[in-house]
Amino acid sequence: MMGMLKSAAALGLVAIVGTALLTGVDTLTAERIAAQERRVMLEQLGEIIPDHYDNAILEDRIAFRDEAHFPRGQWVTAYRARQRGEPVAVVLKFNAVNGYNGNIALLAGINADGTLRGVRVTAHKETPGLGDAIEVEKSDWINHFSGKSLASPETAGWAVKRDGGAFDQFTGATITPRAVVDAVRLALEYFSVNQAFLFDTAADPAGSSAP
Amino acid sequence: MSYGRIFRDGLWQQNTGLVVLLGLCPLLAVSATVVNAIGLGLATTLTLIFSNLAVSLTRGILRPEIRIPAFVLIIASVVTVIQLLMQAWFHDLYRILGIFIPLIVTNCAIIGRAEAFASRNTALPSVVDGLSTGLGFLLALVMLGAFRELAGYGTLMRQASLMFGEWGESLQLTVIPNHPGFLLALLPPGAFIGLGLLIAGRNWLDSHLAHRQQTRGDTTGNPVITVPAE
Repeated sequence: MMGMLKSAAALGLVAIVGTALLTGVDTLTAERIAAQERRVMLEQLGEIIPDHYDNAILEDRIAFRDEAHFPRGQWVTAYRARQRGEPVAVVLKFNAVNGYNGNIALLAGINADGTLRGVRVTAHKETPGLGDAIEVEKSDWINHFSGKSLASPETAGWAVKRDGGAFDQFTGATITPRAVVDAVRLALEYFSVNQAFLFDTAADPAGSSAP
Repeated sequence: MSYGRIFRDGLWQQNTGLVVLLGLCPLLAVSATVVNAIGLGLATTLTLIFSNLAVSLTRGILRPEIRIPAFVLIIASVVTVIQLLMQAWFHDLYRILGIFIPLIVTNCAIIGRAEAFASRNTALPSVVDGLSTGLGFLLALVMLGAFRELAGYGTLMRQASLMFGEWGESLQLTVIPNHPGFLLALLPPGAFIGLGLLIAGRNWLDSHLAHRQQTRGDTTGNPVITVPAE
């Protein structure tokens, strides 16, 4: 009986010391980790957002869901860039769900006039050497989205060339670029219908649902 | 047990990656480049040192029936601390190593050293054991990483800036210019093939050295050992 209690006390002690250590380190590092994550996010946004905005783009954001355009119940985050209160562009953070191997995390910057500023892949598990040409470091394929809109190319063109569209596929990998092209087109379609909501300053900054 | 012996065991005789074959999951998964290998190897070494230290210090109060849960608690705490520190100071490297940092907890080599060594020894030898086991694991990781990166990309130390900052960019060595890329080396099969070659190389070296020692015994006039080397 005493032995059991002693064991329990020893185990409890280890747990308490461990928890105290973690709490301490977490308190010490929380600020720095948050700053690092901000820096990474700003670096990623910086590549596809214009220079002429004057709001705090990381804080000026909304999250929403829309099954028709962003399937599988995902939450989409929209970062809004404004100049003197006027909408300049929005960056949507969402996933392409039809990749070869899991989700492809995308950032799409869309100008207020509906043209694409640019698209970036922030995380994916596509095959190295085949599907990973969607990364800007590996090829400039992703840059071909810049300047495109729903009007140019027209709807039929929003597909890879094998499907009769305007976008290149890669040698040995059609599924990956097809997934990205489809997801970006759906995002543009969402933007064209819901632009007012996306730029609405009154919209609840966190967790509001789509209109 | 002498410190020299502990070092020889950890680095070579009982090398975690090449002899004992523990912790193969991270070894195979994170060895596509040298920089990733160094990052995970150092994190694992730190974990081993501090978990061995904590286990050796608490071995008086930990009765056998709660030893394993206590080890798990200690190791998980140490790994989480290292994860937080990496996230704060080596954020870009952390983003690449990602899930494999928390998964250090499941590296059997760590609980293995806690159980087999640290729970039976005092603090200093336990720290030395953690250091040498960790360095042995790092050595295996870096050799496998060098092999795969060389075959796969034709470079060494690519993306070194993730670990060393701006200065790291000058560390990258292009060994094979215009290398078209060799996918097999970068995918999981390449890791298994590379590890197999490393183990074979290590065994060959060991038997070669043993053989040399034997023939040297001959020339110094010692009695000839007739047992075959292999």
